[in-house]
This record gives sequence, structure tokens and C-alpha cells, in this order.
Amino acid sequence: MSEIQIRHELERGSFKLDVDTRIPATGITGVFGESGCGKTTLLRCIAGLENSRSDDRRPVHRRGIGVVFQQPALFAHLSVRQNIEYGWRRNKNVRADLDHIIGLLELERLLDRPATTLSGGEAQRVAIARALCQSPRLMLMDEPLSSLDQRRRNEILPYFDRLHAELSLPIIYVSHDIEEISRICDHLLVMADGHIVAAGALQEVLMRIDLPQLSGRNAGVAIEATRVRYDEKFDLTTFGFSGGELCAPGCFDVGASMRLRINASDVSLCRSLPQSTTILNVLPAQIDAIESESSATELVRLKLAQDFIIARITKRSLSELELRTGEQVYVQIKSVMVRR
Amino acid sequence: MTESALESTLSGFGPLWLSAQLALITAVLLIAIGAPVAWWLSQSTSRWKPAIQAVVAMPIVLPPTVLGFYLLILLGPNGALGSWWVEMTGSALTFSFTGLVIASCVYSLPFAVQPMQNAFESISRTSLEAAWTLGASKTDAFFTIAVPLSLRGFVSAAVLSFAHTLGEFGVVLMVGGNIPGETRVISIAIYDQVESMNYAAAHRMSLLLIVFAFVILVAMYLVNRRSQLQ
Repeated sequence: MSEIQIRHELERGSFKLDVDTRIPATGITGVFGESGCGKTTLLRCIAGLENSRSDDRRPVHRRGIGVVFQQPALFAHLSVRQNIEYGWRRNKNVRADLDHIIGLLELERLLDRPATTLSGGEAQRVAIARALCQSPRLMLMDEPLSSLDQRRRNEILPYFDRLHAELSLPIIYVSHDIEEISRICDHLLVMADGHIVAAGALQEVLMRIDLPQLSGRNAGVAIEATRVRYDEKFDLTTFGFSGGELCAPGCFDVGASMRLRINASDVSLCRSLPQSTTILNVLPAQIDAIESESSATELVRLKLAQDFIIARITKRSLSELELRTGEQVYVQIKSVMVRR
Repeated sequence: MTESALESTLSGFGPLWLSAQLALITAVLLIAIGAPVAWWLSQSTSRWKPAIQAVVAMPIVLPPTVLGFYLLILLGPNGALGSWWVEMTGSALTFSFTGLVIASCVYSLPFAVQPMQNAFESISRTSLEAAWTLGASKTDAFFTIAVPLSLRGFVSAAVLSFAHTLGEFGVVLMVGGNIPGETRVISIAIYDQVESMNYAAAHRMSLLLIVFAFVILVAMYLVNRRSQLQ
């Protein structure tokens, strides 16, 4: 598989960015980290908007890299169509299929509107289309959903799945929201203090319990699953994965393969199979690793056939149940998030 | 209206026409010269920026006599610019219309630069960065993004430098003198009439200037409002 080399160095005051990594040339690569860790700066370096030390000395407009910023930054004096055509007109070598991209983001009805009359979600969709229509060889997205409320986010997220399914374009997606990343990304870079601290396939990186960046509310895994059945009576969908079956409320009928996100805080452990519990998802598992997370809590990684789940338990529970690596336990999963 | 009154009113149109020409040429030149200066000032983080900004703003603070005095020396046949001009064209810059245009450009520079600079500064950096990432060079983005988004600033700059040049007196007197058809602009002509106790003529010319200035300003503000409403 071909890869994209990313090597940038930048010093600004006491902050130092030093990144040297490779990302796959397909799919969506998430860049995750707390605010101030240099995610946005790295993206700006790749785009050429910062004076970083790098092998790529071309000016911004010659790099062929599309950027979607936090704010849509549409050109206020132009219509939606003129905005979309701005980059398209300037790329004489490759001509993107305008109608296809406009259709993909469902912008047909907005084309003749002035850019200033759009809602936040519409404007961000136009910004994405505008960047796509210049036929970039790489697309950068800097928290494109952060300026939107939850409803607008849910409105836009399905478009990412479409982009993913229909375009082979590699995308680097910066976010500080691990659930957003778990939902749309295939690969993951974790950043801290201007450096990459972990890189790899999404599931493999999320499995790690030794990284402070992936502890606390960010601890949790993503699991590929298939939809097995829908129980109409209780409005419950059952998913199958290597370790067994998982239920989630609601009806999910899109696509054969789905991605489930399970946060560590929603998982608890039992020595024996719990009887009469309200929790529907109880599965046998083997303790794979245990890491101290804070002065009171531990993160426990559990192996269920080929998949892993992370549980957060208190240090007291760990000592009272005398849990050790390699032992068999039961995991209780209170909540499962499904990528629609 | 008596015949002599009509004649003196008509004689007022000459200086007014000259003033209007001077103001129009100055405004056009200042938009062309001022825009890059304003752009640099709006984008630069250079440590020289405050100094450049001060130089641009100096004509607001200095009395026209000081400005006119140094311009007279600079543009005079022995001055740096004036002697070069004499060498190139064979005629002097002082007491000529060209000299007046140069002097007016210096005099009205801040009135052109500042509105454009304010307009450029209000453009979000991200809009420009978006344009660059979409394949627009810096020059391309300047003309296709910065300029259209700053149209109001350009209109203000044109109105202000036109109006300011129209009302110019001290600098003209120092650099241009009072040559009919060449440097005798309306403010000089009015001063002339007052000096020779010819109040009636001074009134007519002044009224003419007031009406002209009012009409021009109303027209410009109308255009401005229309561009605002769009």
C-alpha cells in the first residue's frame, strides 16, 4: 500500500512541532489530541500555511491539498456555485466532476444562493464541496464539525461516509472528539506536545491503555460488527462480532458492516455470569492487560476472540476481585454507540 | 442675471473644472498607489510597520504650509525630483498641473490608504488562506478575494481623497501658485477674488463649489449604500 510521508518541524516560542511519520494513501486518518497539542499547526504545515522545515517547499497554491477549516470561510461576495467553482477553475490539469460532488453533498438547491445566506451546516458542506472540486491529491479537515451544534453534526456526518465510500481521496481529519474519530476514521495518529505518540490502524491504536491521551473520557474501543437482526417489539438491533453479539436500541439497517464504539466507562466486569441484570450485553472475556489510569482507577483490556474491549474499574474492585492478566471474566456493556 | 454676473459665474467654471480634474486624477492615482500600501500595512507584522504607518499619516497632522514648503523644494528645478523631471521633460514641476497632481497625491495619501487598510484588515485571514489552498496565488487571491470584499473601502478611499483634494488650498498655493488654466484651482480663485474685494464673485464661486461638493458626495454615498444593500 502506498503511503504519504509527513515530515515537519516548526518552533514557535516554547512550542516545538516535530513530526516524522507516514500515513496510508487511502482512507481517513484521524489526528487526535488535546487542544494545544499541535494538531492544527501540523495540518497548517502540511497545507503550506506555516513556515515549517519540510521537504515540500512549494507555495500553498501549488500543493494540490484541499483544506476544510473549522469555519467554512466561504467567499462572501460569491454565490454558492462560484464558491464551488473557485478552486475547480484554477486546476487546469485535473477537472473534477462538479455535478457528482454537488450531488454527493446535496447542494443542488443551494447553488444560486449567495454564500452569506446559508446555515452553518450548509456552509460547511459547501466548503467541503469547494475543496473537493479542485481535485486535491490530499484533503485536510480541521475540526470541520466543531462550529456546529449536535443536530447539524449528525446532519453532516453521513456525508463523510459517502465521501469515504465514493472517493479514493486520502483525508487527514483533525479532531479532539474521540467519538467523532472512532466513527469516521480508518487510521489514527495521537499527538501530544507537538509529537506523534501513537500511529496505526484505528482499532489498534484505540486498544492501547498505556497512553494518557487515550485515558479518561477518551478511553474506549471501536469494533467492526455486522447487523444480525432487529427486534421490533423492543426496538432493539443485535450486532454480531468475533466475540459474540451486542444489542443497541434503535433500528439500524444501513450497510452490512457497521462500527460500534464502546467507552471504557460503560464497561464493568464480573467474576461469574451475572444473573438477573438490566444490562443486556454480557459476554465472556479474557483479561489481556491491566494499566493504572489514575490514583483510583485502572484500565483493563479484555480479549473477546479477535476483538478487544476496554473497561474502567476502580483500584479497590481490582484488589477485591483479585483480577489478573489471563483470567476469564464476564464483561457487562451498558451502552454501545453505532455509526449510522 | 446681468451680463457681467453671468461672465463671472462662467469664469468660475474654469477653476472648478481644473479642481475637479485634479481631484479625479489624484483619486485614481491614489487608489492605484494606495491599495498596495494599504495591503502591505494590513498584512505586515514587520517592525517597520508603525514607522511606515506614521509616514502615511503625517499629511493629516502637518500644516499644508510645511508640506507645501518641502514639496516646493523637492519638486523645484534644484530639488531631487524636480531636477530629474526637468532633465526628462524640459519643463519644471513647480507651478505646473503635473506638480499639483504629485503634491495632491502626497497631501491626500492618508485619506486613500486608511479606508482601504481598514477594509483589508476586516477580511478574515481564513478566507485568504482558503483561496490559496484552492490554487490561487497571492496576487490572484488579492484581486479575486481581497479587492471585491473591500469594495466599500475603495469607494470611501476614492470619495475622501477626491473631496480632500477638491478642498486643497495651502499646498496648491505653495507648489502651484496661481496660473489660470494650469494651477488656478477653485480654492485659489476664490481667495483671489476675496483679496481683490470682489465678494460677489467670491460668493458665486463658493456656492458653485458647495453645490458641486454636495452633489458629488451624495452621489458617492448613494453608490456606497447600494453596494451595502447588495
